[in-house]
Amino acid sequence: MPDAILRVFRGNKEGGQAVDYKVPLAPGMVVLDALHSIQAHQSPDLAVRWNCKAAKCGSCSAEVNGRPRLTCKTRMDSLPLDQPITVSPLKAFPLIKDLVTDVSWNYKVNKKIPAFQPRKDVQWKMDQRDVDRVQEFRKCIECFLCQDVCHVLRDHGKHEVFGGPRFFVRAASLEMHPLDGASRTALLKKELGIGYCNITKCCTEVCPEEIHITDNAIIPLKERVVDEFYDPVTMLLRKLRGS
Amino acid sequence: MTASYETHEHDVLIIGAGGAGLRAAIEAIAQGARVGLVCKSLLGKAHTVMAEGGIAAAMANVDKADDWRTHFCDTMRGGKFVNNWRMAQLHAQEAPDRVRELEQWGALFDRTPTGDILQRAFGGHTFKRLCHVGDRTGLELIRTLQDRGVELGIDVFMECTITRLLKDGDRVAGAFGYWREQGRFVAFKAKSVVIATGGIGKAWRVTSNSWEYTADGMALAYEAGAELMDMEFVQFHPTGMVWPPGVQGILVTEAVRGEGGILRNKMGERFMEKYDPKRMELSTRDVVARSIYTEVKEGRGTEHGGAYLDISHKPAEYVKKKLPSMYHQFKELADVDITKGPMEVGPTCHYMMGGIRVEAETAVSTVPGLFAAGEAAAGLHGSNRLGGNSLSDLLVFGRRAGKSAAEFAGRASATKIDPEQLEQAEGEMLAPFERAEGEFPYALHHDLQETMGNLVGIFRNEEDLKKALVQLDELKPRLAKLRIDGSRMFNPGWHLTRDLKNMVLISEAVARCALARRESRGAHSRIDFPNYDPEWEKKNNIIANEDGAMTLHQRPVPEMPAELKQLLEEKK
Repeated sequence: MPDAILRVFRGNKEGGQAVDYKVPLAPGMVVLDALHSIQAHQSPDLAVRWNCKAAKCGSCSAEVNGRPRLTCKTRMDSLPLDQPITVSPLKAFPLIKDLVTDVSWNYKVNKKIPAFQPRKDVQWKMDQRDVDRVQEFRKCIECFLCQDVCHVLRDHGKHEVFGGPRFFVRAASLEMHPLDGASRTALLKKELGIGYCNITKCCTEVCPEEIHITDNAIIPLKERVVDEFYDPVTMLLRKLRGS
Repeated sequence: MTASYETHEHDVLIIGAGGAGLRAAIEAIAQGARVGLVCKSLLGKAHTVMAEGGIAAAMANVDKADDWRTHFCDTMRGGKFVNNWRMAQLHAQEAPDRVRELEQWGALFDRTPTGDILQRAFGGHTFKRLCHVGDRTGLELIRTLQDRGVELGIDVFMECTITRLLKDGDRVAGAFGYWREQGRFVAFKAKSVVIATGGIGKAWRVTSNSWEYTADGMALAYEAGAELMDMEFVQFHPTGMVWPPGVQGILVTEAVRGEGGILRNKMGERFMEKYDPKRMELSTRDVVARSIYTEVKEGRGTEHGGAYLDISHKPAEYVKKKLPSMYHQFKELADVDITKGPMEVGPTCHYMMGGIRVEAETAVSTVPGLFAAGEAAAGLHGSNRLGGNSLSDLLVFGRRAGKSAAEFAGRASATKIDPEQLEQAEGEMLAPFERAEGEFPYALHHDLQETMGNLVGIFRNEEDLKKALVQLDELKPRLAKLRIDGSRMFNPGWHLTRDLKNMVLISEAVARCALARRESRGAHSRIDFPNYDPEWEKKNNIIANEDGAMTLHQRPVPEMPAELKQLLEEKK
């Protein structure tokens, strides 16, 4: 098989540039295999995050030819090999080194979301149909590709006021849990800034778990926020009660 | 001098944030301890996330006849009776409560028609026992524990690697490590330490394990003076992917067989009829792995040297619903639609039954203040682990380790950190940067994997094992001269120099134990001693560190009480 050229970003927050590496192709090879080959034979200090190499842990996220991807799942033979393949770090997060970015912001946002709270005197019985809806959200592997592609974060840098698709998915998994008794709508409106999302569905398109982020998580949550805060009757009642 | 290092102080320090580490942290916090949790990767990426099939717990939601007694007997029988009986008993008794607890913390398992947790069949389990979420049970487990731990306010140190345990006299006093991001050193002072770092899969080339599984915890404990046990028992999972080359070894869940998958050789023969006609594909992992290996060795393997595993006789929608990640894994990585045709599978190094020797009730090692749980600890699984018994192990013994470590910390006086130990640890880490000559670590890793794969694999013999020990000895001088380029900032090559030290050390323990056990039992198959030896049924291999020299001796397997012996007789 012929060789491929990988054009990999090398550098840190002080600066850097793309470096070309020639990598021998093998059948079924994925971009992460090519990066490992560079580490083993050309540049042992190339920084890459990875764990499972089977699309189950969400560690190896990067931008391949400009598109946010799991590198363990991106086949070399799915890319145009007559030109260099560019591999760059996620753009929405601060760079640490090479392909590794500082994703700690996500963990901070996550802490704001109240965990599962079972309703009082709950019976631990659930119907599979109710569980199905939530299991879709629980498939999330926290690869943060949806966060990376979301223009509210990527282009507008609203990290301080916006939670991002990943955490709308987490909030949805709790809000729609058949036995949960807490409400997170005020949090979604105020701290997670769900109103900033204008449902362009970019997140849904890049999700490697094929979660219908916009349709099944964000839109129903937006509806809950509207029902609670913008419903005319409730608004009037709230005004009358002075709350 | 600790002043020159970033230093953190806790009552309990937990190393490893997979299922066992997280469960230990949750319990230690519940006991009122100040808890620090250190992990090599980002939180939520540990190998637990890869567990697919389910959690074994005798809930009796599907098969009403199930109870802890049957689960206990299955575990002992699967481990061929060299298990620690008390661990097997506690595990079987406590697993259902640990699963219910997960549900109370928000986990969502697949349901039965009456709304209870659904359970599926698995190899070696008499009844349908595995609580599951499709084929991504591990993700559900780790995310649930992660959310719970975050809610309780555990201090988490992500992408931080521990390279040495610190001692204060006989006691463990904390740990030394470094932040991956900048390469800065960090010291942890703690009254007790829990090791929950998993296994050693990366010493083999064909493995289901990720880069993290480099025997760290076993090596840390051994160097701190703890005993290791039963290191010869390395599980080769029967079904890893075999093609294409880049995905070789990636796990194909046993749930494929649990859901009715059939194994065939290239002639189309359902070969398990020959090896275990009663249990067929749902025989124990050691038996199925050897069967596939034998079929391939005798020329009946598939094009890429495996066996066919076929689930395509089930309705496509059912396969996609119950095995969604397998469906995607094969479609995207191997161009195979498993709803239409068979997968090619072969054995892959998966799990270490051996590990740090611990007491059953408290998970304490032979070093005061040092505890271990999960894959890093030995005893529960004996010579062969049943599928599904790992996730339940993490929960049951993670909780016990966290509880005991917190209680120990509550009783113990403060520890002192010895500056000399810190300096030694730092010097050792910096040495690879200071060498002008020497080799990079990747070639050495390759050679280690060749040795372990070729000479300490599924089938072993005396000649191979002796050769392996010679080859491992030859790696040591190379290891001492490894060199690394670049800066300390997020440097994978540097990291590998440290991982290799652990892997070479613990690989030697594996080879020594394998050479000593002159019989075949569970996952340990000796071509030159193909049968059980009743004398070896009474012995566990023990590796000890005597002033820096690795020694091996045997201890009697703990004697089972009469009522449990009787139970095993009755349930034959």
